Amino acid sequence: MISRDDVVGFIYREARLLDEQRFDEWLDLFTEDGRYWMPLEHGQTDRRLTASLMDEDMLLLRIRVERLNGLRTYSQKPKSRCHHVLQQPQIDVFDPDAGRMSTWTAMHYVETRQERQDLYAAWATHDLTVANCALRIRMKRVDLVNCDAAFGNIQLFP
Amino acid sequence: MTGRYRDNPDAVRALVRESEVHRDVYTCPEIFALEMERLFANTWVYVGHESQVLNAGDFFTTTIGSQPVLMVRHEDGVVHVLYNRCPHKGTRIANETCGNTGRFLRCPYHAWSFRTDGSPAAVPLPSGYDDTGFAGSVASRGMTPVRCVHNYRGFVFARMADGGPSFDAYFGESLSSIDNMVDRSPAGRLQVAGGVLRYMHNCNWKMLVENQTDTCHPMVAHMSSAGTAVDLWKRAGEPMPRPMAVEIFAPFISPYEFYEKMGIRTWDNGHGHTGVSHSIHSNYSAVPGYFDQMVAAYGEQRAKAILDESRHNTVYFPNLMVKGPIQLLRLFKPLAADKTLVESWTFRLVDAPDLLLERTLVYNRLINAPTSVVGHDDVEMYERAQEGLRADANPWVSLHRLYHPNEAAFAIDNGTTERQMRNQFRAWARYMG
Repeated sequence: MISRDDVVGFIYREARLLDEQRFDEWLDLFTEDGRYWMPLEHGQTDRRLTASLMDEDMLLLRIRVERLNGLRTYSQKPKSRCHHVLQQPQIDVFDPDAGRMSTWTAMHYVETRQERQDLYAAWATHDLTVANCALRIRMKRVDLVNCDAAFGNIQLFP
Repeated sequence: MTGRYRDNPDAVRALVRESEVHRDVYTCPEIFALEMERLFANTWVYVGHESQVLNAGDFFTTTIGSQPVLMVRHEDGVVHVLYNRCPHKGTRIANETCGNTGRFLRCPYHAWSFRTDGSPAAVPLPSGYDDTGFAGSVASRGMTPVRCVHNYRGFVFARMADGGPSFDAYFGESLSSIDNMVDRSPAGRLQVAGGVLRYMHNCNWKMLVENQTDTCHPMVAHMSSAGTAVDLWKRAGEPMPRPMAVEIFAPFISPYEFYEKMGIRTWDNGHGHTGVSHSIHSNYSAVPGYFDQMVAAYGEQRAKAILDESRHNTVYFPNLMVKGPIQLLRLFKPLAADKTLVESWTFRLVDAPDLLLERTLVYNRLINAPTSVVGHDDVEMYERAQEGLRADANPWVSLHRLYHPNEAAFAIDNGTTERQMRNQFRAWARYMG
Protein backbone atom coordinates (compact mmCIF):
# COMPACT_ATOMS: atom_id res chain seq x y z
CA MET A 1 0.00 0.00 0.00
CA ILE A 2 1.27 3.47 -0.88
CA SER A 3 1.94 5.71 2.12
CA ARG A 4 2.36 9.47 2.38
CA ASP A 5 6.05 8.91 3.04
CA ASP A 6 6.27 6.95 -0.20
CA VAL A 7 4.87 9.94 -2.09
CA VAL A 8 7.31 12.38 -0.53
CA GLY A 9 10.21 9.98 -1.07
CA PHE A 10 9.20 9.59 -4.71
CA ILE A 11 9.45 13.33 -5.33
CA TYR A 12 12.94 13.47 -3.78
CA ARG A 13 14.04 10.43 -5.77
CA GLU A 14 12.81 12.00 -8.99
CA ALA A 15 14.99 15.07 -8.42
CA ARG A 16 17.96 12.87 -7.54
CA LEU A 17 17.67 10.88 -10.77
CA LEU A 18 17.82 14.17 -12.69
CA ASP A 19 20.79 15.47 -10.70
CA GLU A 20 22.62 12.18 -11.27
CA GLN A 21 21.72 12.27 -14.97
CA ARG A 22 20.04 8.86 -14.76
CA PHE A 23 17.60 9.98 -17.45
CA ASP A 24 16.46 6.54 -18.61
CA GLU A 25 15.44 5.65 -15.07
CA TRP A 26 13.79 9.06 -14.81
CA LEU A 27 11.68 8.39 -17.93
CA ASP A 28 10.51 5.15 -16.32
CA LEU A 29 8.87 7.22 -13.58
CA PHE A 30 6.25 8.46 -16.05
CA THR A 31 3.14 6.68 -17.26
CA GLU A 32 3.02 6.08 -21.01
CA ASP A 33 0.62 9.03 -21.35
CA GLY A 34 2.68 11.10 -18.90
CA ARG A 35 3.58 14.73 -19.54
CA TYR A 36 6.13 17.31 -18.50
CA TRP A 37 4.78 20.84 -18.70
CA MET A 38 6.56 24.14 -18.15
CA PRO A 39 4.10 27.01 -18.74
CA LEU A 40 5.11 30.30 -20.31
CA GLU A 41 2.54 32.38 -18.42
CA HIS A 42 2.03 32.81 -14.70
CA GLY A 43 -1.04 30.83 -13.68
CA GLN A 44 -1.46 29.38 -17.18
CA THR A 45 -4.38 26.98 -17.62
CA ASP A 46 -4.36 26.30 -21.38
CA ARG A 47 -1.74 24.17 -23.07
CA ARG A 48 -3.18 24.11 -26.57
CA LEU A 49 -3.61 27.67 -27.78
CA THR A 50 -1.20 29.29 -25.35
CA ALA A 51 2.51 28.74 -25.81
CA SER A 52 4.54 26.84 -23.23
CA LEU A 53 8.26 26.56 -22.62
CA MET A 54 7.93 22.78 -22.52
CA ASP A 55 4.90 20.59 -23.09
CA GLU A 56 6.40 17.19 -23.58
CA ASP A 57 4.72 13.86 -24.13
CA MET A 58 6.81 10.71 -23.80
CA LEU A 59 7.99 10.92 -27.42
CA LEU A 60 9.39 14.41 -26.89
CA LEU A 61 10.95 13.46 -23.57
CA ARG A 62 12.63 10.45 -25.17
CA ILE A 63 13.93 12.64 -28.00
CA ARG A 64 15.46 14.97 -25.41
CA VAL A 65 17.05 12.16 -23.41
CA GLU A 66 18.44 10.35 -26.43
CA ARG A 67 19.71 13.60 -27.91
CA LEU A 68 21.62 14.47 -24.73
CA ASN A 69 23.88 11.48 -25.37
CA GLY A 70 24.20 11.93 -29.14
CA LEU A 71 27.63 12.05 -30.72
CA ARG A 72 26.69 15.16 -32.68
CA THR A 73 24.83 17.02 -29.95
CA TYR A 74 27.10 20.03 -30.07
CA SER A 75 25.34 22.04 -27.38
CA GLN A 76 26.17 19.19 -24.98
CA LYS A 77 29.89 19.20 -25.70
CA PRO A 78 30.68 19.62 -22.88
CA LYS A 79 27.62 18.43 -21.04
CA SER A 80 25.35 20.46 -18.79
CA ARG A 81 24.82 19.52 -15.16
CA CYS A 82 21.88 20.34 -12.92
CA HIS A 83 21.05 20.58 -9.24
CA HIS A 84 17.68 20.66 -7.48
CA VAL A 85 17.05 21.95 -3.97
CA LEU A 86 13.55 20.97 -2.88
CA GLN A 87 11.44 22.14 -0.02
CA GLN A 88 9.54 19.34 1.71
CA PRO A 89 6.88 18.28 -0.85
CA GLN A 90 3.37 19.05 0.34
CA ILE A 91 0.69 16.49 -0.41
CA ASP A 92 -2.44 18.21 -1.71
CA VAL A 93 -4.33 15.09 -2.81
CA PHE A 94 -3.84 11.63 -1.32
CA ASP A 95 -6.20 8.95 -2.60
CA PRO A 96 -4.15 5.88 -3.48
CA ASP A 97 -7.24 3.70 -3.81
CA ALA A 98 -8.43 5.90 -6.65
CA GLY A 99 -4.89 6.23 -7.99
CA ARG A 100 -4.81 10.00 -7.43
CA MET A 101 -2.11 11.85 -5.59
CA SER A 102 -0.88 15.38 -6.07
CA THR A 103 2.05 17.23 -4.55
CA TRP A 104 3.32 20.79 -4.54
CA THR A 105 7.03 21.42 -4.12
CA ALA A 106 8.87 24.73 -4.03
CA MET A 107 12.37 24.42 -5.43
CA HIS A 108 15.52 26.09 -6.65
CA TYR A 109 17.06 24.71 -9.81
CA VAL A 110 20.60 25.30 -11.00
CA GLU A 111 21.80 24.46 -14.49
CA THR A 112 25.44 24.83 -15.36
CA ARG A 113 27.67 24.40 -18.37
CA GLN A 114 31.22 25.63 -18.89
CA GLU A 115 31.58 29.03 -17.19
CA ARG A 116 27.88 29.67 -16.96
CA GLN A 117 25.56 28.89 -14.07
CA ASP A 118 21.88 29.85 -14.04
CA LEU A 119 19.58 29.79 -11.02
CA TYR A 120 15.82 29.38 -11.39
CA ALA A 121 13.16 29.41 -8.68
CA ALA A 122 10.12 27.28 -9.38
CA TRP A 123 7.11 25.43 -8.03
CA ALA A 124 6.71 21.83 -9.15
CA THR A 125 3.30 20.16 -9.14
CA HIS A 126 3.23 16.39 -9.56
CA ASP A 127 0.07 14.50 -10.43
CA LEU A 128 0.79 10.90 -9.56
CA THR A 129 -0.92 7.58 -10.03
CA VAL A 130 -0.18 3.96 -9.18
CA ALA A 131 0.75 1.42 -11.83
CA ASN A 132 1.96 -2.12 -11.00
CA CYS A 133 2.03 -1.17 -7.33
CA ALA A 134 4.45 1.71 -7.99
CA LEU A 135 4.00 5.45 -8.10
CA ARG A 136 4.11 6.99 -11.56
CA ILE A 137 3.96 10.58 -12.87
CA ARG A 138 0.99 11.55 -15.00
CA MET A 139 1.92 15.20 -15.10
CA LYS A 140 4.89 17.12 -13.81
CA ARG A 141 4.19 20.82 -14.03
CA VAL A 142 7.06 23.23 -13.40
CA ASP A 143 6.12 26.87 -12.92
CA LEU A 144 9.19 29.05 -13.09
CA VAL A 145 8.68 32.09 -10.87
CA ASN A 146 9.98 34.29 -13.70
CA CYS A 147 8.34 32.25 -16.48
CA ASP A 148 7.82 35.36 -18.63
CA ALA A 149 11.46 36.51 -18.55
CA ALA A 150 13.87 36.14 -21.47
CA PHE A 151 16.06 33.08 -20.93
CA GLY A 152 19.22 31.63 -22.34
CA ASN A 153 19.41 27.90 -22.94
CA ILE A 154 17.58 25.62 -20.51
CA GLN A 155 18.84 22.24 -21.70
CA LEU A 156 17.98 19.82 -18.89
CA PHE A 157 14.88 19.35 -16.72
CA PRO A 158 14.00 21.70 -13.83
CA MET B 1 33.48 59.11 -28.79
CA THR B 2 36.34 58.69 -31.16
CA GLY B 3 37.39 55.44 -32.65
CA ARG B 4 38.54 53.73 -35.75
CA TYR B 5 35.26 53.97 -37.64
CA ARG B 6 33.08 56.91 -36.61
CA ASP B 7 34.76 59.48 -38.81
CA ASN B 8 36.06 57.10 -41.40
CA PRO B 9 33.35 55.91 -43.80
CA ASP B 10 35.99 54.30 -46.03
CA ALA B 11 37.06 52.08 -43.17
CA VAL B 12 33.45 51.08 -42.51
CA ARG B 13 32.82 50.26 -46.16
CA ALA B 14 36.05 48.26 -46.30
CA LEU B 15 34.59 45.85 -43.73
CA VAL B 16 32.33 44.43 -46.43
CA ARG B 17 33.95 42.81 -49.43
CA GLU B 18 32.12 41.20 -52.32
CA SER B 19 32.15 37.80 -50.64
CA GLU B 20 33.72 38.32 -47.21
CA VAL B 21 33.02 40.45 -44.16
CA HIS B 22 35.43 41.57 -41.49
CA ARG B 23 34.87 40.22 -37.97
CA ASP B 24 34.49 43.74 -36.59
CA VAL B 25 30.93 43.83 -37.94
CA TYR B 26 30.11 41.22 -35.29
CA THR B 27 32.46 42.04 -32.46
CA CYS B 28 33.27 45.75 -32.38
CA PRO B 29 31.27 47.91 -29.89
CA GLU B 30 31.93 51.02 -31.99
CA ILE B 31 30.42 49.40 -35.06
CA PHE B 32 27.45 48.36 -32.94
CA ALA B 33 26.93 51.94 -31.80
CA LEU B 34 27.12 53.13 -35.40
CA GLU B 35 24.57 50.48 -36.40
CA MET B 36 22.14 51.94 -33.88
CA GLU B 37 22.69 55.46 -35.19
CA ARG B 38 22.86 54.78 -38.90
CA LEU B 39 21.27 51.46 -39.76
CA PHE B 40 18.43 51.20 -37.25
CA ALA B 41 17.59 54.90 -37.48
CA ASN B 42 17.41 55.02 -41.26
CA THR B 43 15.72 51.74 -42.17
CA TRP B 44 12.09 50.70 -41.68
CA VAL B 45 12.10 48.55 -38.55
CA TYR B 46 9.24 46.35 -37.38
CA VAL B 47 7.56 47.67 -34.23
CA GLY B 48 4.53 45.47 -33.64
CA HIS B 49 1.21 44.25 -34.98
CA GLU B 50 -1.93 46.36 -34.85
CA SER B 51 -3.86 43.51 -33.18
CA GLN B 52 -1.75 44.21 -30.10
CA VAL B 53 -3.38 47.64 -29.86
CA LEU B 54 -6.94 46.97 -31.01
CA ASN B 55 -8.72 49.71 -29.04
CA ALA B 56 -8.08 53.39 -28.47
CA GLY B 57 -5.61 53.76 -25.60
CA ASP B 58 -4.11 50.28 -26.04
CA PHE B 59 -0.33 50.39 -25.92
CA PHE B 60 2.60 48.04 -26.45
CA THR B 61 6.16 48.82 -25.37
CA THR B 62 9.20 47.68 -27.33
CA THR B 63 12.45 48.92 -28.83
CA ILE B 64 13.67 50.06 -32.23
CA GLY B 65 17.37 49.29 -32.20
CA SER B 66 18.43 50.63 -28.81
CA GLN B 67 15.54 53.09 -28.55
CA PRO B 68 12.67 52.52 -26.10
CA VAL B 69 9.34 53.21 -27.78
CA LEU B 70 5.68 52.52 -27.32
CA MET B 71 3.09 51.81 -29.96
CA VAL B 72 -0.28 53.26 -28.99
CA ARG B 73 -3.67 53.62 -30.68
CA HIS B 74 -5.06 57.16 -30.64
CA GLU B 75 -8.74 58.01 -30.27
CA ASP B 76 -9.03 58.52 -34.04
CA GLY B 77 -7.83 54.95 -34.64
CA VAL B 78 -4.35 55.89 -35.87
CA VAL B 79 -1.45 53.89 -34.40
CA HIS B 80 1.36 56.14 -33.17
CA VAL B 81 4.91 55.25 -32.14
CA LEU B 82 6.32 57.45 -29.36
CA TYR B 83 9.67 57.48 -27.62
CA ASN B 84 8.89 56.02 -24.21
CA ARG B 85 10.31 58.84 -22.10
CA CYS B 86 8.78 61.72 -20.22
CA PRO B 87 10.01 65.01 -21.72
CA HIS B 88 10.51 66.26 -18.16
CA LYS B 89 13.04 63.97 -16.44
CA GLY B 90 13.22 61.06 -18.83
CA THR B 91 11.07 58.66 -16.81
CA ARG B 92 9.80 55.71 -18.81
CA ILE B 93 6.08 56.35 -18.98
CA ALA B 94 4.58 53.06 -20.13
CA ASN B 95 6.19 50.44 -17.93
CA GLU B 96 4.30 47.29 -18.79
CA THR B 97 4.59 45.32 -22.01
CA CYS B 98 1.00 46.09 -22.91
CA GLY B 99 -2.16 47.58 -21.47
CA ASN B 100 -4.69 50.37 -21.92
CA THR B 101 -3.80 53.89 -20.84
CA GLY B 102 -7.19 55.50 -21.50
CA ARG B 103 -7.15 58.88 -23.22
CA PHE B 104 -3.91 60.02 -21.63
CA LEU B 105 -0.41 58.82 -20.92
CA ARG B 106 0.48 60.10 -17.47
CA CYS B 107 3.98 60.20 -16.04
CA PRO B 108 4.01 58.58 -12.57
CA TYR B 109 6.76 60.94 -11.33
CA HIS B 110 5.26 64.47 -11.60
CA ALA B 111 1.91 63.81 -13.32
CA TRP B 112 2.76 65.43 -16.62
CA SER B 113 0.22 64.01 -19.02
CA PHE B 114 0.00 63.56 -22.76
CA ARG B 115 -2.56 62.57 -25.35
CA THR B 116 -2.02 59.25 -27.08
CA ASP B 117 -0.50 60.99 -30.09
CA GLY B 118 2.19 62.37 -27.76
CA SER B 119 0.93 65.93 -27.65
CA PRO B 120 0.99 67.65 -24.23
CA ALA B 121 -2.24 67.62 -22.23
CA ALA B 122 -1.39 69.05 -18.80
CA VAL B 123 1.41 69.93 -16.40
CA PRO B 124 0.58 70.57 -12.69
CA LEU B 125 1.08 74.14 -11.41
CA PRO B 126 1.59 75.46 -14.95
CA SER B 127 2.16 79.05 -13.88
CA GLY B 128 5.54 77.97 -12.54
CA TYR B 129 6.67 77.71 -16.14
CA ASP B 130 5.67 81.24 -17.16
CA ASP B 131 8.59 83.20 -18.59
CA THR B 132 11.05 80.37 -17.97
CA GLY B 133 11.75 79.53 -21.60
CA PHE B 134 9.80 76.30 -21.17
CA ALA B 135 7.26 77.30 -23.84
CA GLY B 136 9.95 77.14 -26.51
CA SER B 137 11.65 74.01 -25.25
CA VAL B 138 11.50 70.49 -26.63
CA ALA B 139 9.97 69.41 -23.33
CA SER B 140 6.92 71.60 -23.91
CA ARG B 141 6.02 69.69 -27.05
CA GLY B 142 5.15 66.48 -25.22
CA MET B 143 6.31 62.95 -25.91
CA THR B 144 8.39 62.86 -29.06
CA PRO B 145 6.79 60.79 -31.80
CA VAL B 146 8.59 58.70 -34.37
CA ARG B 147 7.17 60.56 -37.32
CA CYS B 148 7.55 57.96 -40.04
CA VAL B 149 5.18 55.12 -39.18
CA HIS B 150 3.59 52.78 -41.70
CA ASN B 151 0.91 50.18 -41.02
CA TYR B 152 1.12 47.57 -43.77
CA ARG B 153 -1.79 45.13 -43.54
CA GLY B 154 -1.55 45.23 -39.75
CA PHE B 155 2.26 45.16 -39.49
CA VAL B 156 3.50 48.42 -38.03
CA PHE B 157 6.95 49.61 -39.09
CA ALA B 158 8.74 52.81 -38.20
CA ARG B 159 11.74 54.77 -39.45
CA MET B 160 13.26 56.98 -36.78
CA ALA B 161 14.98 59.34 -39.22
CA ASP B 162 12.71 61.92 -40.79
CA GLY B 163 14.31 61.53 -44.21
CA GLY B 164 14.99 58.43 -46.27
CA PRO B 165 13.33 55.98 -48.62
CA SER B 166 9.56 55.61 -48.49
CA PHE B 167 8.13 52.42 -47.01
CA ASP B 168 7.13 51.09 -50.43
CA ALA B 169 10.46 51.95 -52.01
CA TYR B 170 12.33 50.33 -49.13
CA PHE B 171 10.48 47.00 -49.13
CA GLY B 172 9.18 46.81 -52.72
CA GLU B 173 8.23 43.34 -53.89
CA SER B 174 9.35 41.73 -50.65
CA LEU B 175 5.99 42.70 -49.15
CA SER B 176 4.54 39.75 -51.07
CA SER B 177 5.63 37.49 -48.18
CA ILE B 178 3.58 39.49 -45.68
CA ASP B 179 0.72 39.50 -48.19
CA ASN B 180 0.83 35.73 -48.38
CA MET B 181 0.77 35.35 -44.61
CA VAL B 182 -2.24 37.66 -44.28
CA ASP B 183 -4.04 36.15 -47.27
CA ARG B 184 -3.95 32.76 -45.55
CA SER B 185 -6.70 34.04 -43.28
CA PRO B 186 -10.12 33.58 -44.90
CA ALA B 187 -10.95 36.99 -43.41
CA GLY B 188 -7.66 38.53 -44.58
CA ARG B 189 -6.68 39.36 -41.01
CA LEU B 190 -4.15 38.20 -38.44
CA GLN B 191 -4.14 38.42 -34.66
CA VAL B 192 -1.11 38.07 -32.45
CA ALA B 193 -1.89 34.99 -30.36
CA GLY B 194 -0.41 32.41 -28.03
CA GLY B 195 2.29 34.45 -26.30
CA VAL B 196 5.81 35.46 -27.26
CA LEU B 197 8.90 33.31 -26.70
CA ARG B 198 11.90 35.41 -25.65
CA TYR B 199 15.35 33.87 -26.01
CA MET B 200 18.62 35.56 -25.02
CA HIS B 201 21.69 34.96 -27.18
CA ASN B 202 25.29 35.91 -26.41
CA CYS B 203 26.13 36.74 -30.00
CA ASN B 204 25.76 39.47 -32.59
CA TRP B 205 22.28 40.03 -34.01
CA LYS B 206 23.45 39.61 -37.62
CA MET B 207 24.48 36.00 -37.00
CA LEU B 208 20.83 35.22 -36.40
CA VAL B 209 19.64 37.13 -39.44
CA GLU B 210 22.15 35.30 -41.63
CA ASN B 211 21.04 31.97 -40.21
CA GLN B 212 17.51 32.53 -41.53
CA THR B 213 18.64 31.83 -45.07
CA ASP B 214 21.49 29.47 -44.19
CA THR B 215 20.34 26.20 -45.72
CA CYS B 216 23.60 24.30 -45.29
CA HIS B 217 23.32 24.03 -41.50
CA PRO B 218 20.09 22.16 -40.66
CA MET B 219 21.30 18.71 -41.72
CA VAL B 220 24.47 19.27 -39.68
CA ALA B 221 23.59 21.26 -36.58
CA HIS B 222 20.08 19.82 -36.21
CA MET B 223 20.83 16.16 -36.84
CA SER B 224 21.02 15.69 -33.08
CA SER B 225 17.42 16.83 -32.57
CA ALA B 226 15.52 16.27 -35.81
CA GLY B 227 17.53 13.14 -36.62
CA THR B 228 16.82 11.66 -33.19
CA ALA B 229 13.10 12.44 -33.60
CA VAL B 230 13.00 10.59 -36.93
CA ASP B 231 15.03 7.66 -35.52
CA LEU B 232 12.68 7.23 -32.58
CA TRP B 233 9.65 7.37 -34.85
CA LYS B 234 11.14 4.75 -37.16
CA ARG B 235 12.08 2.47 -34.27
CA ALA B 236 8.48 2.72 -33.08
CA GLY B 237 7.39 1.24 -36.43
CA GLU B 238 6.58 4.55 -38.16
CA PRO B 239 3.13 5.00 -36.62
CA MET B 240 0.71 6.97 -38.80
CA PRO B 241 -0.45 9.63 -38.84
CA ARG B 242 2.95 11.01 -37.99
CA PRO B 243 2.92 12.87 -34.68
CA MET B 244 2.90 16.63 -35.23
CA ALA B 245 6.34 16.89 -33.64
CA VAL B 246 7.83 14.39 -36.11
CA GLU B 247 6.14 16.17 -39.00
CA ILE B 248 7.76 19.42 -37.88
CA PHE B 249 11.21 18.01 -37.06
CA ALA B 250 11.72 15.64 -39.99
CA PRO B 251 12.18 18.14 -42.88
CA PHE B 252 15.09 19.83 -41.06
CA ILE B 253 17.37 16.92 -41.96
CA SER B 254 16.38 16.81 -45.61
CA PRO B 255 19.39 16.26 -47.88
CA TYR B 256 21.35 19.11 -49.48
CA GLU B 257 19.52 18.51 -52.75
CA PHE B 258 16.20 19.42 -51.12
CA TYR B 259 17.62 22.76 -50.03
CA GLU B 260 19.42 23.38 -53.32
CA LYS B 261 16.19 22.98 -55.22
CA MET B 262 14.01 25.05 -52.88
CA GLY B 263 15.68 28.19 -54.20
CA ILE B 264 16.46 31.61 -52.76
CA ARG B 265 15.04 34.91 -53.99
CA THR B 266 16.73 38.21 -53.24
CA TRP B 267 15.36 41.74 -53.44
CA ASP B 268 17.00 45.14 -53.16
CA ASN B 269 17.82 46.70 -49.75
CA GLY B 270 18.83 43.43 -48.14
CA HIS B 271 15.53 41.57 -48.26
CA GLY B 272 15.17 37.99 -49.48
CA HIS B 273 13.69 34.58 -48.80
CA THR B 274 14.33 30.87 -49.00
CA GLY B 275 11.76 28.43 -50.33
CA VAL B 276 10.90 29.69 -53.81
CA SER B 277 9.53 26.34 -55.00
CA HIS B 278 9.07 24.41 -51.76
CA SER B 279 10.20 24.45 -48.15
CA ILE B 280 10.25 22.53 -44.89
CA HIS B 281 6.64 23.63 -44.44
CA SER B 282 5.37 22.17 -47.73
CA ASN B 283 4.20 18.76 -46.58
CA TYR B 284 2.31 19.41 -43.37
CA SER B 285 -0.96 17.51 -42.99
CA ALA B 286 -4.08 19.21 -44.29
CA VAL B 287 -6.22 20.87 -41.63
CA PRO B 288 -9.87 19.72 -41.94
CA GLY B 289 -12.20 22.43 -43.16
CA TYR B 290 -9.54 25.03 -43.84
CA PHE B 291 -9.30 24.68 -47.62
CA ASP B 292 -13.07 24.92 -47.96
CA GLN B 293 -13.03 28.14 -45.94
CA MET B 294 -10.31 29.52 -48.21
CA VAL B 295 -12.23 28.56 -51.37
CA ALA B 296 -15.35 30.23 -50.00
CA ALA B 297 -13.37 33.39 -49.28
CA TYR B 298 -11.19 33.63 -52.39
CA GLY B 299 -12.46 31.16 -55.02
CA GLU B 300 -10.65 27.92 -55.75
CA GLN B 301 -7.95 29.21 -58.06
CA ARG B 302 -6.87 32.04 -55.80
CA ALA B 303 -7.09 29.88 -52.68
CA LYS B 304 -4.79 27.32 -54.27
CA ALA B 305 -2.34 30.01 -55.35
CA ILE B 306 -2.17 31.38 -51.78
CA LEU B 307 -1.67 27.97 -50.19
CA ASP B 308 0.78 26.69 -52.82
CA GLU B 309 3.20 29.44 -51.85
CA SER B 310 5.53 27.80 -49.36
CA ARG B 311 8.13 30.40 -48.56
CA HIS B 312 10.42 29.25 -45.84
CA ASN B 313 12.04 32.29 -44.19
CA THR B 314 11.65 35.84 -45.48
CA VAL B 315 14.21 38.31 -44.15
CA TYR B 316 13.09 41.92 -43.90
CA PHE B 317 16.36 43.75 -43.46
CA PRO B 318 17.62 44.63 -40.95
CA ASN B 319 16.18 42.45 -38.17
CA LEU B 320 12.88 40.77 -38.97
CA MET B 321 12.01 37.31 -40.29
CA VAL B 322 8.56 36.19 -41.36
CA LYS B 323 7.31 32.64 -41.94
CA GLY B 324 4.11 32.96 -43.98
CA PRO B 325 3.09 29.28 -44.16
CA ILE B 326 3.01 28.92 -40.38
CA GLN B 327 2.25 32.52 -39.34
CA LEU B 328 5.34 33.12 -37.29
CA LEU B 329 7.56 36.15 -36.96
CA ARG B 330 10.97 36.47 -35.34
CA LEU B 331 12.48 39.76 -34.32
CA PHE B 332 16.22 39.91 -33.63
CA LYS B 333 16.67 42.74 -31.15
CA PRO B 334 20.23 44.02 -30.87
CA LEU B 335 21.30 44.67 -27.27
CA ALA B 336 25.09 44.84 -27.66
CA ALA B 337 27.70 43.71 -30.15
CA ASP B 338 27.60 40.31 -28.45
CA LYS B 339 24.06 40.22 -27.08
CA THR B 340 20.76 39.70 -28.90
CA LEU B 341 17.21 39.15 -27.70
CA VAL B 342 15.17 36.98 -30.05
CA GLU B 343 11.41 37.35 -29.87
CA SER B 344 9.31 34.73 -31.65
CA TRP B 345 5.70 35.84 -32.19
CA THR B 346 2.80 33.75 -33.47
CA PHE B 347 -0.42 34.70 -35.22
CA ARG B 348 -3.93 33.38 -35.51
CA LEU B 349 -5.44 33.35 -38.99
CA VAL B 350 -8.80 35.01 -38.29
CA ASP B 351 -11.71 32.68 -39.14
CA ALA B 352 -9.42 29.66 -39.73
CA PRO B 353 -9.52 26.46 -37.61
CA ASP B 354 -7.78 26.51 -34.21
CA LEU B 355 -5.60 23.58 -35.30
CA LEU B 356 -3.53 25.96 -37.44
CA LEU B 357 -2.67 28.10 -34.45
CA GLU B 358 -2.01 24.97 -32.42
CA ARG B 359 0.52 23.76 -34.99
CA THR B 360 2.14 27.19 -35.16
CA LEU B 361 2.57 27.12 -31.39
CA VAL B 362 4.01 23.61 -31.42
CA TYR B 363 6.49 24.71 -34.10
CA ASN B 364 7.46 27.78 -32.14
CA ARG B 365 7.99 25.77 -28.95
CA LEU B 366 9.92 22.97 -30.61
CA ILE B 367 12.17 25.24 -32.69
CA ASN B 368 12.39 28.72 -31.14
CA ALA B 369 12.01 28.38 -27.36
CA PRO B 370 14.93 28.70 -24.90
CA THR B 371 14.01 25.10 -24.08
CA SER B 372 14.13 23.99 -27.74
CA VAL B 373 16.45 21.18 -28.76
CA VAL B 374 16.80 22.86 -32.16
CA GLY B 375 17.44 26.27 -30.67
CA HIS B 376 20.11 24.88 -28.33
CA ASP B 377 22.32 23.80 -31.20
CA ASP B 378 21.78 27.05 -33.13
CA VAL B 379 22.77 29.15 -30.13
CA GLU B 380 25.78 26.93 -29.64
CA MET B 381 26.96 27.76 -33.17
CA TYR B 382 26.42 31.50 -32.85
CA GLU B 383 28.10 31.72 -29.46
CA ARG B 384 31.03 29.60 -30.59
CA ALA B 385 31.39 31.94 -33.59
CA GLN B 386 31.30 34.99 -31.35
CA GLU B 387 34.14 33.45 -29.34
CA GLY B 388 36.04 32.00 -32.30
CA LEU B 389 36.17 35.34 -34.08
CA ARG B 390 38.65 36.49 -31.42
CA ALA B 391 41.27 34.45 -33.25
CA ASP B 392 43.57 36.89 -35.02
CA ALA B 393 44.74 34.36 -37.59
CA ASN B 394 42.05 35.38 -40.06
CA PRO B 395 39.79 38.39 -39.42
CA TRP B 396 37.51 37.61 -42.39
CA VAL B 397 34.27 35.61 -42.49
CA SER B 398 33.57 33.75 -45.72
CA LEU B 399 30.39 34.37 -47.70
CA HIS B 400 31.76 32.86 -50.91
CA ARG B 401 29.26 30.06 -51.44
CA LEU B 402 27.94 30.20 -55.04
CA TYR B 403 29.26 33.72 -55.52
CA HIS B 404 29.44 35.13 -59.03
CA PRO B 405 30.89 38.55 -59.81
CA ASN B 406 28.45 41.41 -60.41
CA GLU B 407 25.54 39.87 -58.56
CA ALA B 408 22.28 41.68 -59.22
CA ALA B 409 20.09 42.62 -56.26
CA PHE B 410 17.05 40.87 -57.73
CA ALA B 411 17.51 37.18 -58.43
CA ILE B 412 16.31 33.64 -57.95
CA ASP B 413 19.20 31.31 -57.24
CA ASN B 414 20.24 27.89 -55.97
CA GLY B 415 18.81 27.44 -52.47
CA THR B 416 22.22 26.81 -50.88
CA THR B 417 23.78 30.06 -52.03
CA GLU B 418 24.99 32.61 -49.50
CA ARG B 419 23.73 35.28 -51.85
CA GLN B 420 21.09 36.60 -49.44
CA MET B 421 23.78 37.09 -46.78
CA ARG B 422 25.85 39.05 -49.30
CA ASN B 423 22.70 40.99 -50.21
CA GLN B 424 22.22 41.93 -46.54
CA PHE B 425 25.78 43.12 -46.20
CA ARG B 426 25.61 45.22 -49.35
CA ALA B 427 22.60 47.00 -47.84
CA TRP B 428 24.42 47.20 -44.51
CA ALA B 429 27.42 48.91 -46.13
CA ARG B 430 25.20 51.45 -47.90
CA TYR B 431 23.58 52.54 -44.64
CA MET B 432 26.75 52.36 -42.56
CA GLY B 433 29.43 53.79 -44.82
